[in-house]
Amino acid sequence: MTPDLNRFAWLLDRLAYEPRRNGKLVLITDYFRSTPDPERGLALAAMTGQLSFANAKAGMIRGLIAERVDPELFALSYDYVGDLSETVALMWPTLHGAVGHNRPPPTLADIVETLATTDKRALPALLANWLDALDETGRWALLKLITGGLRIGVSARLAKTALAALGSLQPDDIEEVWHGLEPPFISLFAWAEGQGPRPEATDPAPFRPAMLAHPLEDEDFDRLNPADFAAEWKWDGIRIQAASGLNAQGQRITRLYSRTGEDISGAFPDVAEHITFDGAIDGELLILRQGRVQSFNVLQQRLNRKTVSASMITEQPAHIRAYDLLFDGAEDVRPLPLEQRRVRLETFIALHGGERIDLSLQLAFSTWEDLAAARAEPGHVGAGADADAIEGLMLKRRDAPYLPGRPKGLWYKWKRDPALLDCVLMYAQRGHGKRSSFYSDFTFGCWRDDDVLVPVGKAYFGFTDEELVLLDRYVRKNTLNRFGPVREVTHGRDAGLVFEIAFEGIQRSTRHKSGVAMRFPRINRIRWDKPPREADRMETIEAMLVRIEARSAVAGE
Amino acid sequence: MRPHELLTPTPAGLYCPPADIYIDPVRPVARALITHGHADHARAGHGAVLATPETIGIMAVRYGENFTEQRQAAVLGQPVTISGVSFTFHPAGHVLGSAQIAVEASGLRIVASGDYKRARDRTCMAFEPVRCDVFITEATFGLPVFRHPDTASEVGKLLASLALFPERCHVIGAYALGKAQRLVALIRDAGYDRPIYVHGAMEKLMAFYEASGISLGESRKVIAAERKMLKGEIVICPPSAIQDLWARQLPDPVTAFASGWMRIRARARQKGVELPLIVSDHADWDDLCATIREVGAPEVWVTHGQEDALVRWCEMSGIRAKPLRLAGYGDDGEVESGETGTDPAAMATT
Repeated sequence: MTPDLNRFAWLLDRLAYEPRRNGKLVLITDYFRSTPDPERGLALAAMTGQLSFANAKAGMIRGLIAERVDPELFALSYDYVGDLSETVALMWPTLHGAVGHNRPPPTLADIVETLATTDKRALPALLANWLDALDETGRWALLKLITGGLRIGVSARLAKTALAALGSLQPDDIEEVWHGLEPPFISLFAWAEGQGPRPEATDPAPFRPAMLAHPLEDEDFDRLNPADFAAEWKWDGIRIQAASGLNAQGQRITRLYSRTGEDISGAFPDVAEHITFDGAIDGELLILRQGRVQSFNVLQQRLNRKTVSASMITEQPAHIRAYDLLFDGAEDVRPLPLEQRRVRLETFIALHGGERIDLSLQLAFSTWEDLAAARAEPGHVGAGADADAIEGLMLKRRDAPYLPGRPKGLWYKWKRDPALLDCVLMYAQRGHGKRSSFYSDFTFGCWRDDDVLVPVGKAYFGFTDEELVLLDRYVRKNTLNRFGPVREVTHGRDAGLVFEIAFEGIQRSTRHKSGVAMRFPRINRIRWDKPPREADRMETIEAMLVRIEARSAVAGE
Repeated sequence: MRPHELLTPTPAGLYCPPADIYIDPVRPVARALITHGHADHARAGHGAVLATPETIGIMAVRYGENFTEQRQAAVLGQPVTISGVSFTFHPAGHVLGSAQIAVEASGLRIVASGDYKRARDRTCMAFEPVRCDVFITEATFGLPVFRHPDTASEVGKLLASLALFPERCHVIGAYALGKAQRLVALIRDAGYDRPIYVHGAMEKLMAFYEASGISLGESRKVIAAERKMLKGEIVICPPSAIQDLWARQLPDPVTAFASGWMRIRARARQKGVELPLIVSDHADWDDLCATIREVGAPEVWVTHGQEDALVRWCEMSGIRAKPLRLAGYGDDGEVESGETGTDPAAMATT
């Protein structure tokens, strides 16, 4: 098989169906082994999310297909398939049974190189030529790649593990040199295959794989000794790693990484410019106003931005709360036990911290009951008005080194219980992708004073596949009205379905009809047994909001 | 005579009033013409059946020798006249014995195609276009997204997977009549010569095909106690068995499914399929359109499947068309037994 995009597409297609991690690894490693440079390195970049083609939007693709097929046939087909890229890939006119025009299919390298140098206006014609030359799977993969919709269930970590499996490296060996290397990673592949030296990590601010925690289970309390653990708040921000150092020219290079190693420095220049240390810390990125930690909803407005406005920086200043020290200058302190790292971290922050960087405090406790009380009411044990920004507790073994990944038995997260509301199902919409024939997106509401239901949110997960089958059947049997893909479902005082909705926070919103927006709502339980009239009322939500606002008001004083 | 006086849809199936005979009736009738042996077209309990010898043979294998009181074998291309209406069977290329039926009276010819395909298939006779005044076409894959790929590339996917996962059993869901035998033939034609293991429900039909002169190589019935030993082998079973306990006892199976529905990724994923093989015994969109042009009928009736899109295409092409809305025909080749309708994904939930 030639190493063109059709070959990579074949891999992506197969990965999308393969549920087993080991199966995915075999497929990716086989691809790396049988595909030459630079194609395989670009494929690795695509799987690790490092290729981005900002120019191609869904609208352009709709435009291309509209020139080629009848709009009514397109609408019927799109409705059936439920995915734009796939519909276009399947409908794209070619000579039957043959792939056309005697043009060879493009390689990933062709695509990357051409897109980087092509004017936006020339893009539709270029894309059409490629689509003509590819087979159906190739067209699908190309459209998914350039619209950023590639979801194949492969994490960057898995792709790196497959790369390591080419030879005798470990995935963390790859992680150590990863940042500082660029696609198509020719020296990295050579090293992995035992054909070349370890690539030089020339990056003065590389990412180091983060250490992650397991959720704490009830039975863990009996096994674990409180004296072995240190506890601190789990802040509801974004877990980050801040790395900084001087490059060969003596310039300071500073980077903020997400816990998966994504460089998010561009969205937070205000905090990056306060970093003056050489080394790397692990911490939580938060928004602080007058020293008070803001809710995740505030932080969210600054996420996923390549650049950020001056007013946003003034109004929502970013801050790092440091949890751990990974590198102190050039010294790797990760092998040290937490207790020693903590001492080093305190000194490090005392030296380099300040207005934008501070230390995460440890909580004193002697029994699990002490901690349970702290978790229930963080405000009473030192968190004060910041209590709403606390997601729970972290427990870390005092003698544990900082290890990449999620090692067992060392770190635990103990989240606060989510807020719950009983809501009534009002509308259901068919899902997309895997669920394209199931009614799987549910809008639910609460009762207003005048006994009218007001929609308060939308949830599309929290149920099992078996429950989805039952929910889908329920929707189909209890449809009042249809509006395109949406069905209005019976919802009265006595007839209807109640969901127990769990969510992480709630705030007022002018964008929603009900005036509220929930964070992370999901279906906690389906209350087949509960009559709709007993579902929660808007007053309950109002009371929640008032309580939250009262706390913020205290914080603002 | 107007077309609907010669053939008209009724709850029991397409009915020819002057000859008092039904085509593929869904309930027992006195006299039936049967296009092919799939269960939703060929049912037991009719008074008399006229069909190709292979279809009669298949019905006997499936329902026992007493599936009808009287039977008559139709000879392809030779008209049988009943009450002034002539009925001629022509090959449809769907499965072994499948036929279109040309119904003719007073110079009016309607062709009921049953199910058909145009792709090459050595397990049955190729579709023969018959010029007519009204063409009744199926529309199982009557959406422009359904364009079946070359079967050799699909079998190539299977063989590549066997090479990559030699420790895993490859279990393929395929309908017992037609699809299973065609798949085996395709795998043989790609040069695979190990025994192919088949589910017990397929054994008799495999033997019937062999007896009809279609060589399929060595097939072995899967014996329960030996399931664990089928590492690296190909196993073919009915679609309903791939998610059964039956398949779960196979060694670390790769679940494949041979069907035209596998073209749509979400459909394949909903079925838990890991290796979709797009092999269909129905015409795809391009072949439906090409066939309608080829038979030259000024009027087309569209039945079982995605009628709307094909009717739309006919209208755009200046051909009069209407959906027939016949009830009771599932896509028997693709849908699991007991289900009716054409969309397996929707079926799973209603």
